[in-house]
Amino acid sequence: MKTLEMKTLALTGNESGAEAMRQIDPEVVAAYPITPQTELMHKFAEFAADGKVATEMILVESEHSAMSACVGASAAGSRVMTATSSAGLALMWEIVYVAASNRLPIVMPVVNRALSAPINIHCDHADSMGCRDSGWIQLYSEDGQEVYDNIIQAVRIAENDGILLPVMVTFDGFIISHTMARVDVLPDKAVRKFIGERTPLHPLLDVNKPVTYGPLDLQDYYFEHKKQQAEAMRSAGAVIKAVGKEYGELSGREYGFFDEYLTSDADFIILALGSTAGTAKAAADELRSAGEKVGVLKLRVFRPFPAEELAAALAGARAIAVLDRSEGFSGIGGPVFQEVRSALYRRYQIPVSGYVYGLGGRDINVEMIASIYGDLKAGRYHEDKAAHFGVRE
Amino acid sequence: MADKQPKWKDIPIGGVITEAGNAFQYNTGDWRSERPFVDMEKCIHCLQCWVFCPDASVLVENEKMSGFDYVHCKGCGICAHVCPVNAIEMVPEGEADKVAADQWGIKEKKTASESGKEKPAK
Ligand code: SF4
Ligand code: SF4
Repeated sequence: MKTLEMKTLALTGNESGAEAMRQIDPEVVAAYPITPQTELMHKFAEFAADGKVATEMILVESEHSAMSACVGASAAGSRVMTATSSAGLALMWEIVYVAASNRLPIVMPVVNRALSAPINIHCDHADSMGCRDSGWIQLYSEDGQEVYDNIIQAVRIAENDGILLPVMVTFDGFIISHTMARVDVLPDKAVRKFIGERTPLHPLLDVNKPVTYGPLDLQDYYFEHKKQQAEAMRSAGAVIKAVGKEYGELSGREYGFFDEYLTSDADFIILALGSTAGTAKAAADELRSAGEKVGVLKLRVFRPFPAEELAAALAGARAIAVLDRSEGFSGIGGPVFQEVRSALYRRYQIPVSGYVYGLGGRDINVEMIASIYGDLKAGRYHEDKAAHFGVRE
Repeated sequence: MADKQPKWKDIPIGGVITEAGNAFQYNTGDWRSERPFVDMEKCIHCLQCWVFCPDASVLVENEKMSGFDYVHCKGCGICAHVCPVNAIEMVPEGEADKVAADQWGIKEKKTASESGKEKPAK
């Protein structure tokens, strides 16, 4: 496989996101600053000010307006992006649903941060997990490289004719957003070629074919429109896979629904999202060298949820621990825990143990993850109610 | 009725309306709780009601106010509010049919008597 000449840069996760956005050169970006996303948009605004992109930057007075401007611009036919975190995403809420329901392929990096109250600027997944029912595709990134790769792929996934759904690319606030790491960057031209041009289905600006967006839709049609959305989400899996494969041919880094690390013969598997997957891999390495058969499954695609494939990947395990970086307040366990259990239902009888960890940026380290493997090995499961892991008892 | 309507695969995605002007097919008049009536004897044809009606439901013929499009009038009462000579009255829908009938009756009588007056004078 011949891969392209790549530039290796030292970038923070935010800079990595901004670099991907520079190469994508979206026609319209509307954004409002919020920690820890600020640096990403700051960097991108600099690109815009310096003429490095042709983007029309719309500076708005709130995130509700940012997403509203994105919806208008995307309906008009433009390629549109924004980025946000935490309370910013919460303030967008109403329009987040509108973007998905109007089938507008907006791409939005979400730099994960805890939701208030009490106010906390550090990482957990409460913001994007709260959006899991909004109809957006969600890709979770482990490091700066994945931030870059996922954002570029997100454009292709969102704009696919059979999908036309917005995509959130998430990455952990501060842990990834503010940490410098190696990122291999494709040539600008290769990115431009990979993403191509957007060919909008019903552009508002096509005056020869006037259309109405957002009309009243009552008992007789609303359900049909929701069915269309649900089917688009179901079809998105195949597109995410195909785009990930094509991106692999281009960059040498292929992407699927999840990443399997030492799982093929593993008795005990930890399933995690985002940066914690990296910590878990380090723990798995240590335990492997001590002869333990442990592995890590890093989930990249949370929406649509790849239930069938995930269940097959977990089938050989004796027990699984699912790590949720958000509470969910279901009284049962975090959102990932519940989806994984549901994916295994009637497929495999494997104990699934739930852990809610790392809320508000609470650290998780290699020893802590090793102790979770220890719990699995000893048969100490949290099957009915997830454990609050790392909290002071 | 429901199975005559298009299926989910047959309609544009995202609720987009691709056919211009189809709001005309929507009978919004049945939302109305009050119905406007105009007294043509008071009306000075200033067309304020026509300008302000949010539903384009004030009818105009030869630059004169000529009545209402009751299929689309939602009964908001704005026309009655802006009329400078109080020529428009809002009547609760429950009584509106009776008023409409009476108005016809009154008009017929008046027309008859007026023409009756005019004839002997000439
Ligand atoms: S009641 Fe409202 S909708 Fe009806 S004609 Fe008057 S202004 Fe128009
Ligand atoms: S506002 Fe009153 S006077 Fe003017 S046209 Fe309408 S009904 Fe007649």
